[in-house]
Amino acid sequence: MSAAPSRAPAERDAPAEYAVDVEDLTKRFGDRTVVDHVTLRIRPGTIFGFLGPNGSGKTTTIRMICGLLTPDGGRGRVLGFDVLRESARIKREVGYMTQRFSLYEDLSIEENLDFIARMYALPDRARRVPEAIASLGLAERRRQLAGELSGGWKQRLALAACLIHEPRLLLLDEPTAGVDPAARRDFWDHIHDLAHRGITVLVSTHYMDEAERCHELAYIASGKLLAQGTLREVIDQAALTTWELEGDDLMAVAGRLRGRPGVDMVAAFGNALHVSGTDRHALEASIHDVVRGSPVRAREVPPGLEDVFIHLMRGLDRPAHAA
Amino acid sequence: MFSVQRFVAMLVKEFVQMRRDRLTFAMMIGVPLMQLVLFGYAINMDPKGLPAAVVSADSSAFSRSLVRALENTGYFRIVATPASVAEADHLLQMGRVQFVLQIPEDFSRRLQRGEQAVALVDADATDPAATSNALAALNQVALTGLDHDLTGPLARPAGAAPPLELRVHRRYNPEAITEYNIVPGLMGVVLTMTMVLMTSVAMTRERERGTMENLLATPVRPLEVMAGKIVPYVIVGYVQVAVILLAARYLFAVPMVGSLWLLTSVLVIYILSLLAIGFTFSTLAKNQMQAMQMTMFFFLPSILLSGFMFPFRGMPGWAQVLGEAIPLTHFLRIVRGILLKGSGLGEIWPSLWPLGLIFLVVSALALKRYQRTLD
Repeated sequence: MSAAPSRAPAERDAPAEYAVDVEDLTKRFGDRTVVDHVTLRIRPGTIFGFLGPNGSGKTTTIRMICGLLTPDGGRGRVLGFDVLRESARIKREVGYMTQRFSLYEDLSIEENLDFIARMYALPDRARRVPEAIASLGLAERRRQLAGELSGGWKQRLALAACLIHEPRLLLLDEPTAGVDPAARRDFWDHIHDLAHRGITVLVSTHYMDEAERCHELAYIASGKLLAQGTLREVIDQAALTTWELEGDDLMAVAGRLRGRPGVDMVAAFGNALHVSGTDRHALEASIHDVVRGSPVRAREVPPGLEDVFIHLMRGLDRPAHAA
Repeated sequence: MFSVQRFVAMLVKEFVQMRRDRLTFAMMIGVPLMQLVLFGYAINMDPKGLPAAVVSADSSAFSRSLVRALENTGYFRIVATPASVAEADHLLQMGRVQFVLQIPEDFSRRLQRGEQAVALVDADATDPAATSNALAALNQVALTGLDHDLTGPLARPAGAAPPLELRVHRRYNPEAITEYNIVPGLMGVVLTMTMVLMTSVAMTRERERGTMENLLATPVRPLEVMAGKIVPYVIVGYVQVAVILLAARYLFAVPMVGSLWLLTSVLVIYILSLLAIGFTFSTLAKNQMQAMQMTMFFFLPSILLSGFMFPFRGMPGWAQVLGEAIPLTHFLRIVRGILLKGSGLGEIWPSLWPLGLIFLVVSALALKRYQRTLD
C-alpha cells in the first residue's frame, strides 16, 4: 500500500472522518465497465445526492457500497469497515432501500417488518416493530398486505424497514420515483430529520428539486464521476454562462443559435430558451448576432443545476465524437 | 374484422420473444429430442441379460446343460455361483441378482432314472414387468433345454411328462401385483415432481419480484437462506409421504414388510437431495417459467431412466449410468427394498450412500451458485 491515505495513524481509532470513503471503485459486467474509478467521500450526517442519467452506474455504485456487489477494483471504507473484506459488518450498519419495492407483497406490513427485524437479529424486536408501525401511522392497518398499499405508502414502509435496525448509513436508490409531490415532501422532511440525528444519507434521484435539498452532490455519467461538491460548488465548477431568451418563434432562434461559436447547448425551458456555453465572450457575441433586430429578449441568468448537468453529459459525449 | 396485418404483427412478436428466451427455445428442441432418445434407445420393455446366481449341489453334465440353456434364452446372465442358498438369498435381497437357480443334489440321478428332475428358480418379482418375460422363457427351457443330453437310452417317449420341472418362486410379490411395485415408487415420483418444482420456483420468485435484493442487503448468510427455504418443503414432503403410505396401505394393500421408521429416516436424505436440486435450478433460472421448464427437464429422465416405469436392467449401459445419477433410481431401490423385501439398513446401504453423495455435491453447487446471484 504505497498510496496509503495521508491520514495520521492516531485518527484510525477515532470516529471515522467519513461515513463513506471509497476510492477508485470499479465494476465491470463482462467487458462493460459500469462504474469507472469512482471516488466518494461523504461526511457523517450529510445528505449526499447522487445524480446521473439512467444506466450511469448509480445503482451499481450503491450496491458496491452496501456490500451487495464485490468491486472489481478500488478500495475504501464504509463506516470504518473495509468495503472489500467486511461487507458482512457493513450490511449490519447500513439501510438500503432498493429502487423497486422489495418487501414481500404477500406479507402484511407487520410481518414484513418483523421479518426484516429478524434478519438483523434484533434482540428487542417486540418493541421495535410496533414502534416502527406506530411511527408510520399504520397501527390499525398493520395486518394489511404490503402489496395492497399505494406507491407512497409502500415507500414509507420500505423506509421504515430499512431504518428498523438503526443504521448509521442510509442508501436510498431513487426512493421517490412514482410518488406524489406531497408524499415526496414529507419524505424529504423525514430524511432531513434523520440527517440531523447524525445518520448519513446517500440518495440517488432524477429530480432537480430533490438535488437542491441535498447538502452535497455528485454527478455520475457512463460510470464516471463528473462533479462533486455542494450545489454552489458544482454549479461554479462548471464555469457555465447561461442566457435566457424570451419572445416569439423561439424554435427558429434555437435553430440559428446551434453550432455558433460559444454555444454549447440550447434547451427549451417552458416558454423560454436557455442557451449556455463555457466561453463567455463567444457565447455573448453569438447571442447578440442572432437576437439583434428581433423582438426576442435576452438576459444572462445564473445557470441552474439542470443546465450544468446537461452540460456535463454533453461534455462526456464530445470526446467520443471527436475521436 | 380480422386484420392480417395485426395478426402478423402478433405472430412476429411471439417468434421474436421465443427466440430471445434462449432456455425456452432450447427446451422446445431439447425435450422432444430427449424423449426420442430415451424412448427410442433407452427403454426396453423386454429386458434381457438379467443377472442370476446359480447354487448347484450337483455338478454334472445335466446341470451344466441347464445353466447353458438358461443363458441361451438371452434372458439370464449368470453372474455368481454362491456356495450356499443363504448366500444366494442375500444376493437376491440386496438386488444384486434378479434370479437364483437352485439345482438339487439328486438332479442328475433323477434324470438318469427317467424321473422328472426339479430345479428351483427364485425370482425377485418386486417389478413383475421386469421378470415376466424371463419367467416365460423358463417354460421352453423346461421342455427342450436338456434335449441334447437326453438322447439314446435316456430319450423320453413322446407324450411323456417333461423331463424337467422348473419350480418358480416369485419372491416379495408372489402374485405379481403391479401396484405393489408402482405405489411405493410413486412416492418417489411425487416427491421428485413437487420438491424440485417448489424449491426452484420459491427462490426464483424472490428474484423475479425483486425481494432477493432486499434479502441480500441484510446480513443473512447463504446457508441460512438455503436452509430456511428448504426445511418447510421437507415438512411438505413428509405430509405427501404420509398420504401415499396411507393410500398404499388402505387402498392398495401394499405389503409393508420392512421398518417404516427406517423408511421415514432415509426419506429425509432423498427429500434433501431433491430440494438441493431445486435450489440449484432456482439459481440458474431467470424466472419462474424457466424454473418450471428445468424441473420438467429433470422430471422426464427421472421417470424414464430410474426404473419406475420401465425395468432398469433393460436399459443399455449408458442409460444405466445416467440413471445412477438420478436420486429416484436409488430411492426406488430403497423403498421397494424396505416395503416389499423387508430390507434393513445394511441391505439398502448400497443405494443410500449414492443419495447422500448426490445431496452433498448438489448442495455445494447450489451454495456456490447462490453466492454469485447478484455479481
